[in-house]
Amino acid sequence: MSSTSTAAAERAVPERVARASLAHRLLARPELGSLVGAIAIFIFFFVIADPFRQTSSMATVLYVSSTIGIMAVPVALLMIGGEFDLSAGVNVTASSLFAAMLSFQLSLNVWAGVLVSLVFALGIGFLNGFLVMTTKIPSFLVTLGTFLMLQGANIAITKQVSGQVATDNISDMDGFSSARRVFASSFEVGGVSIRVTVLWWLLFVAIGTWILLRTRFGNWIFAVGGNVDSARAVGVPVRQTKIALFMGVGLCAWFMGMHRLFAFNTVQSGEGVGNEFIYIIAAVIGGCLLTGGYGSAIGAAFGALIFGMTNQGIVYAGWEADWFKFFLGIMLLFATVLNMWVRRLAVHPGRAPRASARMQARRQP
Amino acid sequence: MTLIEMSNVGKQYGNIVALHDISLRVNAGEITCVLGDNGAGKSTLIKIMSGLHRHDSGEMRVDGEPKHFGSPREALDRGIATVYQDLAVVALMPVWRNFFLGSELRKGPLKVLDIDTMRRTTRDELARMGIRLGDVEQPIGQLSGGERQCVAIARAIHFGARVLILDEPTAALGVKQSGVVLKYVAAARDAGLGVVFITHNPHHAYLVGDHFILLNRGRMRLDCKRAEISLDDLTREMAGGDELTALTHELERT
Repeated sequence: MSSTSTAAAERAVPERVARASLAHRLLARPELGSLVGAIAIFIFFFVIADPFRQTSSMATVLYVSSTIGIMAVPVALLMIGGEFDLSAGVNVTASSLFAAMLSFQLSLNVWAGVLVSLVFALGIGFLNGFLVMTTKIPSFLVTLGTFLMLQGANIAITKQVSGQVATDNISDMDGFSSARRVFASSFEVGGVSIRVTVLWWLLFVAIGTWILLRTRFGNWIFAVGGNVDSARAVGVPVRQTKIALFMGVGLCAWFMGMHRLFAFNTVQSGEGVGNEFIYIIAAVIGGCLLTGGYGSAIGAAFGALIFGMTNQGIVYAGWEADWFKFFLGIMLLFATVLNMWVRRLAVHPGRAPRASARMQARRQP
Repeated sequence: MTLIEMSNVGKQYGNIVALHDISLRVNAGEITCVLGDNGAGKSTLIKIMSGLHRHDSGEMRVDGEPKHFGSPREALDRGIATVYQDLAVVALMPVWRNFFLGSELRKGPLKVLDIDTMRRTTRDELARMGIRLGDVEQPIGQLSGGERQCVAIARAIHFGARVLILDEPTAALGVKQSGVVLKYVAAARDAGLGVVFITHNPHHAYLVGDHFILLNRGRMRLDCKRAEISLDDLTREMAGGDELTALTHELERT
């Protein structure tokens, strides 16, 4: 292997094409690592945990995965675009609080609250993007700031308005049942109850994938994350692209906020803290490069699925639920190493480690 | 045909004279080599031509019209494309996505990317330059430095460049790779483009150049056609001419 690959490195262009086999093409997909991981974890819990094998458990796993997966899509796109959003978790809570309180206090049809809170959530996304692009401060810091602001405001304003840390129950208000059908209903498939968020999740993943691979905007996302100077030099509107990505996170945060509101009728104002990391972890397990420029929405979906399976699998296996975070940490490390290895194969197929290290050094901009 | 003509162009940064009294022509189907040591003013000269900086004195005519470019976009619209040394490519993106980045082709009411056409065009355009690349789907970072330069050149030509400014295209490359790039520089000339080839390597310049301009501390030290100078003289001039002779004496071992 070693001798042939060294020789291969010396050969000219046409031979390099011949080496791009089907296996290599498969390895070049960013989501491969997370697919393998998802299958492994499925088999693991399938073998050790009896309750995991029931279809109703599967429905629960899918539901838990969908609540993470819907957010993991825009977070993955943003990460491919080279940025983070730490305010994603509390923005979910902020949107649902906004919709609940607006509708309740003004006795409006809940749909009015739903729509106004969409504007609010998009506004938070815009603000994040605008601040990042204008101040040139890393998004990690900017969104840490908005995270803290929202976290504080969520609780403070809720206390002020409703006199308690949760919003008032809105289940008897106009428009509640129709909104619930859209955001938080269930349907039966073969006697198993499936939550509607699972369908929404699939739709969001499909849209995210379509945007990334089939639209001009998708091309720009990869470019601004991969090499922002080059992107600017060839005329990509870097500022608009990144702001749009932050607004995408706002859009999905609003959607998840609406789901929580109509699933539980009331919102706890302290919720959502820490979820931003779960979304980011799902995206990273799904093959997104932390430094941007590489990743996929489908991978993020597998990342969310791994999350949902582990979350529920530990319960079904009868283990202490506290082990969940421990398990998650292992998977994150494992996935990162696996993805790094897969990516090296993708960029330098069939080369010996020694040769690939040399190429790596030369490749760096 | 003269595409760009500079007469007595000068540029100052504060009270530092970066360029003084530069006159040159860029003709279609010719390679004009601009040589010079570090700090000679080569980059300032191409920045004026590519629209990044404005000149303070003298005149630059593009297609006979006096011109001050306000932005690189304006220069591009007049068909003046610059391929910078650090290359405008995104390493992890496929070759064809890099080729069309910023000028993507779209089709249909949903304005989806016309992937097939872009892939085919990329392959054909590269083939026309003599670059055989069966798989335009591979990440461009997988190509060698020379191949990436060639893709950037092919890209500039495809998007309508008439003047191609190459900023030290062979500086970071090995001998073989430099040879490949020089072949494409010649191919661009044969395609009728006016090429401005910036380099500090007189050997590379002499292989392809029709016209040589040597800059030294912002001034033109030499301006001659290929027939008027030999490689040895060019190398000697480049290395510092009389200064080199003096240095040779100084360093001579007794």
